[in-house]
Amino acid sequence: MTGAPVRTLLLWCPDWPVLAAEIVEGVPATGPVAVLHANRVVACSERARAEGVRRGLRKREAQGRCPRLTVVDHDPGRDARAFEPVVAAVEELAAGVEVVRPGACALAARGPSRYFGGEEAAAERIIEHVAQNCAVESQVGIADGVFAAGLAARAGRVVPPGGTPAFLTALPVEALGRPALTDLLRRLGVRTLGDFAALPAGDVLARFGFDGALAHRLAAGRDHRALAVRRPPADLAVTAEHDEPIDRVDAAAFAARALAERLHERLAAHGLACTRLGIEAVTAHGQELHRVWRHDGLLTAAAIADRVRWQLDGWLSGGTGRSGARPARPTSGIIRLRLVPDGVLARAGLQPGLWGETGEERERAHRALSRVQGILGPEAVVTAVLGGGRSPADQVRLVPWGDERLPARPGEPSLPARPGEPSLPARPGEPSLPARPGEPSLPAGPAGGPARSGRAAPTPPWPGRLPPPAPAVVLPSPLAAAVHDAAGEPVVVSARLQVSAPPVRLAVGTARPVEIVGWAGPWPVDERWWAPAEARRRARFQVCLADGTALLLAAEAGRWLVEAIYD
Amino acid sequence: MAGRMVVGSAALAGLVRPASAPDPAGGHRVLPVAPELTGLLPNRGLRRGSTIAVATGQPRRSGGTSLVLALLAEASRAGSWCAVVGVPTFGAGAAAEAGIALDRLALVPQPGPDWPTVVAALIDGVDVVVAAVPATVSASVANRLAARARQRGSVLVPYGRWDGADVTLQVIKGVWEGLGQGRGRLRRREVTVSARGRGAAARPKEIKVWLPGDGLTRVIPRPAAVPVASVTGRAAAGRLRPVPPAGRPALAAVPRRGGLALPGPV
Repeated sequence: MTGAPVRTLLLWCPDWPVLAAEIVEGVPATGPVAVLHANRVVACSERARAEGVRRGLRKREAQGRCPRLTVVDHDPGRDARAFEPVVAAVEELAAGVEVVRPGACALAARGPSRYFGGEEAAAERIIEHVAQNCAVESQVGIADGVFAAGLAARAGRVVPPGGTPAFLTALPVEALGRPALTDLLRRLGVRTLGDFAALPAGDVLARFGFDGALAHRLAAGRDHRALAVRRPPADLAVTAEHDEPIDRVDAAAFAARALAERLHERLAAHGLACTRLGIEAVTAHGQELHRVWRHDGLLTAAAIADRVRWQLDGWLSGGTGRSGARPARPTSGIIRLRLVPDGVLARAGLQPGLWGETGEERERAHRALSRVQGILGPEAVVTAVLGGGRSPADQVRLVPWGDERLPARPGEPSLPARPGEPSLPARPGEPSLPARPGEPSLPAGPAGGPARSGRAAPTPPWPGRLPPPAPAVVLPSPLAAAVHDAAGEPVVVSARLQVSAPPVRLAVGTARPVEIVGWAGPWPVDERWWAPAEARRRARFQVCLADGTALLLAAEAGRWLVEAIYD
Repeated sequence: MAGRMVVGSAALAGLVRPASAPDPAGGHRVLPVAPELTGLLPNRGLRRGSTIAVATGQPRRSGGTSLVLALLAEASRAGSWCAVVGVPTFGAGAAAEAGIALDRLALVPQPGPDWPTVVAALIDGVDVVVAAVPATVSASVANRLAARARQRGSVLVPYGRWDGADVTLQVIKGVWEGLGQGRGRLRRREVTVSARGRGAAARPKEIKVWLPGDGLTRVIPRPAAVPVASVTGRAAAGRLRPVPPAGRPALAAVPRRGGLALPGPV
């Protein structure tokens, strides 16, 4: 290794995990806050430190020293995400930034110091810019090498060129950040980095191994590692400005088509493909309409143009939308269209099959279905995805054609018919399921789709769902019915699931009553009892009528409903 | 040829065949149906370009939807694309149980007044189009859709009242099994399906099938005169199997398909 260490400027944000928790989760960093990992304090706020909380304390101990301590879980991902704007702010002033860890980034000091006229001026400028853009306090240290710059940043110092070994000499060996080595050095009587650096390099290597030798080089101020400069992510969004406001949908779709071609070229140049696409339209009066479209395959230019048309159709023409939540009509034409690729992935995974027979049929079907979507609107053509759930309607989610096929609730569909009696009735009063339905634990993104079955994530069992055969007709909104016993009295199900009398006649709506020839039940379903607003308690019955029809009935809050028909 | 390769992948084996081999199923002109239903259809399958109507039974809710699912299942399993128009109550769970691939099944629950346009657009691109017939469909619209299906090579399955279909299937009777008085559960249904039509299908036919069947039933009880047949090995494959005739042992003595017996035309 030859040459002097690189003159390095290091920006350090004190207590970054605490600040990240404030930025992301809104935990005020001015109060006593501690970030814990594996029951040990990783970082704490200034207030907490004043009360005696230190790194490495146990949670109980830290709370003992500071009773009002707010405890936050350590999340490296959160730290890194929150740090991204800071790095971007630094990159606005200087090129070639290395993120040392969340909370600290380093760059070569030579460029900025010459540009801003001195190292102090550059440091001040960067601190100020970060404070203005991200509202984050930071300190800068400049020294030879990243290690020394990091230590200088803690002191907020600019070490003069060549003065780095002298600066390091007086620092304690703990600054190396290697607890085991530090402990050993202390017991050997080596207390400062200067003492350590004075040891002969060959002996240090022989006694402490390679890591010790590396620490020895750092202590001597010979930090030759070059900066691992990060590459800023490419900006893939494309924008089209229109001097003449567009107020017709077809004109907008036409403009979008050209824009889509540009987006495609740009993505292809990076070898990427996008599966989620944000379309943003801004009118002359500054109104904005943004929507993200998901897609299970590649979005072609034509597909993008279609989506722009659908999105703007309802907006510009006040449209005949079926979904009620349409935004209000804009007051002027569109002057800016922007396509923002969202779910970007490497294109290699999305190659069509080599023997493209199935692909051809798929293309054909896709064209036809897109055409129907053009006639009726995007939500009119759907495909069904089976997931978990206890009632036949819950297990199915209808996904607009072309969107990602993700189930509404995790769980396997009840396809494999298991021999033996079904595990049907959950015991009355027993909590149905600890898992929370309605929150798919599956990651979004088509890349996770095929691999899902191989994942170890346990699928919830949904006790209390009906065994096959599934009903062929599932009513979107249940029909009211009346069930009577032999004496003509209404049949009721008690809270303890006692049926008052065998059901004998069933009348659906206002139709004539039909005789019940076979019935089974009650099978209780007690869902979401922990959330009073969504709780549902039902008892289900299967009945067979004299005319050969079989129905799935539910008794809920004293009323009888026809949920599905075994057609 | 020296360069002949051995393709090991089972997936490819289904797609690639030597040029000398005969076209399977008459050049893909006939989409397969479950073996139990082949007897009802003139080409032993869904011939492309034909119109195969499924009439709603009497009473209205007695097996029509299950029959539609059974018709689609084998074709969908073989890779065809299907669409169902105008059935907002479609039970996707039952479709998956019947063997339909849901990712190749498009649903248009509410076509509204654009019904003919939507059905015509789907005929252009989808192999099997099931269309619930609205109350008012004029004969000219019906003829145009049938002609379009003939031209594009799709199978149109009108569900409801439809004149002029090549074959009209109808569920005459359905009897559920498995439900007692306060006990048991629905397990399977014995369904009598009739077929009448034009041309080759002019002679009316009638069969009995389990619809939906019970995957657990391996041995079908038969009248004493006929030897007991078992359906082992097909238990997982189909949810649909013929029902042995109850009162016609003489006709049922003709064995078909590995021991299964179908009653002849009635």
